Amino acid sequence: MRTSEIGLIIVFAALALFSLLVASKAYDPGYGFHAWLFVAASVAAIFAIFNRYHSRPAEPPPQTIDGKPNYNFSQVRFLSLAAVFWGIAGFTVGLYIALELAFPALNFDLPWISFGRLRPLHTSAVIFAFGGNVLLATSFYIVQRTCRARLAGDLAPWFIALGYNFFIVIAGTGYLLGITHSKEYAEPEWYADILLVCVWVTYLLVFLATIWKRAEPHIYVANWFFLAFIVTIAVLVLGNNASIPVSIYSPKSYILWSGVQDAMIQWWYGHNAVGFFLTAGFLAIMYYFIPKRADRPIYSYRLSIVHFWALIFLYIWAGPHHLHYTALPDWAQTLGMTFSVILWMPSWGGMINGLMTLSGAWDKLRTDPVLRMLVVSVAFYGMSTFEGPLMSVKEVNALSHYTDWGIGHVHSGSLGWVGFVSFGALYCLVPWVFNRKQLYSLKLVNWHFWIATIGIVFYISAMWVAGIMQGLMWRAYTSLGFLEYSFVETTQALHPMYIIRALGGGLFLVGACIMAYNLVMTIIAAPSADEIASPGSAPAFAPAE
Amino acid sequence: MSTDTKGGAPVDAHSGTVTTGHEWDGIRELNTPLPRWWLYTFYACIVWAIGYWVVYPAWPLLSGYTHGVAGWQSRNAVVEDIAALKALRAPMNDKIAKASLSEIEKTPELLSFARAQGSAAFAINCAPCHGSGGQGAYGYPNLNADRWIWGGTLEEIKTTITHGARSADDPATHLSAMPGFGRDGLLDAKQISNVADYVRTLSGGKPEAGADLAAGKKLFADNCSACHGPEGKGNKDVGAPNLTTSVWLYGPAKADIVKRVNVGGGGVMPAWGAKLDEGTIKSLTVFVHSLGGGQ
Repeated sequence: MRTSEIGLIIVFAALALFSLLVASKAYDPGYGFHAWLFVAASVAAIFAIFNRYHSRPAEPPPQTIDGKPNYNFSQVRFLSLAAVFWGIAGFTVGLYIALELAFPALNFDLPWISFGRLRPLHTSAVIFAFGGNVLLATSFYIVQRTCRARLAGDLAPWFIALGYNFFIVIAGTGYLLGITHSKEYAEPEWYADILLVCVWVTYLLVFLATIWKRAEPHIYVANWFFLAFIVTIAVLVLGNNASIPVSIYSPKSYILWSGVQDAMIQWWYGHNAVGFFLTAGFLAIMYYFIPKRADRPIYSYRLSIVHFWALIFLYIWAGPHHLHYTALPDWAQTLGMTFSVILWMPSWGGMINGLMTLSGAWDKLRTDPVLRMLVVSVAFYGMSTFEGPLMSVKEVNALSHYTDWGIGHVHSGSLGWVGFVSFGALYCLVPWVFNRKQLYSLKLVNWHFWIATIGIVFYISAMWVAGIMQGLMWRAYTSLGFLEYSFVETTQALHPMYIIRALGGGLFLVGACIMAYNLVMTIIAAPSADEIASPGSAPAFAPAE
Repeated sequence: MSTDTKGGAPVDAHSGTVTTGHEWDGIRELNTPLPRWWLYTFYACIVWAIGYWVVYPAWPLLSGYTHGVAGWQSRNAVVEDIAALKALRAPMNDKIAKASLSEIEKTPELLSFARAQGSAAFAINCAPCHGSGGQGAYGYPNLNADRWIWGGTLEEIKTTITHGARSADDPATHLSAMPGFGRDGLLDAKQISNVADYVRTLSGGKPEAGADLAAGKKLFADNCSACHGPEGKGNKDVGAPNLTTSVWLYGPAKADIVKRVNVGGGGVMPAWGAKLDEGTIKSLTVFVHSLGGGQ
């Protein structure tokens, strides 16, 4: 056995024993359940390592075969399917809570499916489970292809792929059981955070080691963005989750920061989760899949450098715009707002590079729905990165904050940008890593594109109307100086908008189900890429070198 | 595509732009200069931000922060906004506070202001229990029905709003509550069933088949009439509801009545006198009085 295998077996055995101890003494049944899950996962990991040891060749896989890199796409295959699974799960929960908002009786007075517990389940499932798996899958693929090097590590990539998804299971079941840090987008408790940090540091090391042994002289722009995403998320998670557990037998922990400092660190984390997870990470995806699919060069190398560094430097300042008109000092609010406005053009640098890369290939939008999805995602990216700075301006924020406008803004970014660029990437990636000639059906991609686009339009226009109406109703005074509307009157006015929003979300989910079917059929029914390349078959197009 | 070169670097045939010469997995990059409109908009945003920093509080220092030349502070802005609103309301609110309730109802100018102020105060303070239209809910009286548990004159309504009902914070609150006849062992289940059947007939409800109404009537006279009156028409002095109407605080079904006779009690209303000023309470009184066609 290799030392890495023996070492990991020892680590997992120790973890299993420790979790057993915790399970026997847990103060909280939900925490006890999680301890048992850790026991089961550790034992399964030990078995998996033994099993692999018996079936694998004695020698480690070669770095190159016949002078070509011997790429490792096994984790990419797992991660892309995990992304599809979590995507559907997260969209479904989102649809359900949208319906709960319109028809509150749908919580059936059950604590586990109350809005308060399902809402973090939805956000974590779509951002971290769906988005995270897409980022892991695409980064493992892109870093290998653009470095012309095999993914570093032997067991480490599997530890990342499986460990990350185990973290998601722990986090998600924790929310349903009522285990939460009560910090938005950072709800997992201390023990889940420790697991995530172990996975994430391994991810960083594997990514860096792969870049280190690259055969290309330069590092491609997508990898800069991935690296910024991986490093910054590590810093953010550590900063915002610094907490002291009540006991190792309790899921509860208390955060190190307090009061307005805690709020500031929370939104430093929260906004940069948007900036580095949902923007930098997915810009990396855009920078690979759009030029690849359009078969055109990136529009401007210089723009990519300038907007990359401007984005990295400026994003980290913007968090305080989530705390306008609060106890946060005025000077911090000013900095948050002004840096958000300065951020506008650096954000648009990515949009320009994405859209203008199509120069010379615009005609492909008519025939290739996958490319259309990718391009529309960039358009949504441009729209929400204009809307963001706009909403960060205090006068606008006074109207938009705490209203559904915020929800609309987030979803034009997440459904339009993150969702569509992920779908486009998955449509490219799945045939490539499963060695398929092409997708099962481009026609279904077209259906997905239109259904989901109409869904997004329903969703965001309903939320714009709802949010602005809500903001205006809250601040409306009569000529005698009294509030014109009660809170309950504003919720009554929102009801039709909430139904339209649920309809939009439902269409988006239908589109994702079509994608899932299409991708599964691609894997099981589409012709293999080898069939055309094999001797005796019709001459195939030479793949682009 | 990139067979031409310009200054040694390969040129993209479609755009005529020089590429950087690198290629990753088939992807190349043009070396297009930064779009001018992009760059100048970026600069303009930076200049605007610097201007904003000069005017408003912006940069932290070792102790304190730059206050900005405008001297603006969000705390002061809120204080000014609230003061402006109070100043706008003050002349009329003062008049309301000084006038008697009947004067307010007779003076159109005061009445329209009182209704506006009362309606806004109702939406904020009262609607959570009594409903946004005063329609009430289970256990919370309907204010539109012209049935007044603690009295429906202007003065009576004002007293109820000021001191609340069974409010722990106010010694002058309405205190009396119905005994739990079943819970406290005053009546057994059979007797409660009989009295509930009888109570339903007071408002024209049909009793269950085989109900012993005579026994129910006797039980009512012995146990209930002291508060609810011999005919069940209620008594506002002790907050005993009128049982002869179709308005039911806890529901008209026999099971609802049985439950109430079993546990007794009554709802709790906060004493608003400690929270709202005199003008607002008077305005609320006039507004609520107008809802149910007050007495």
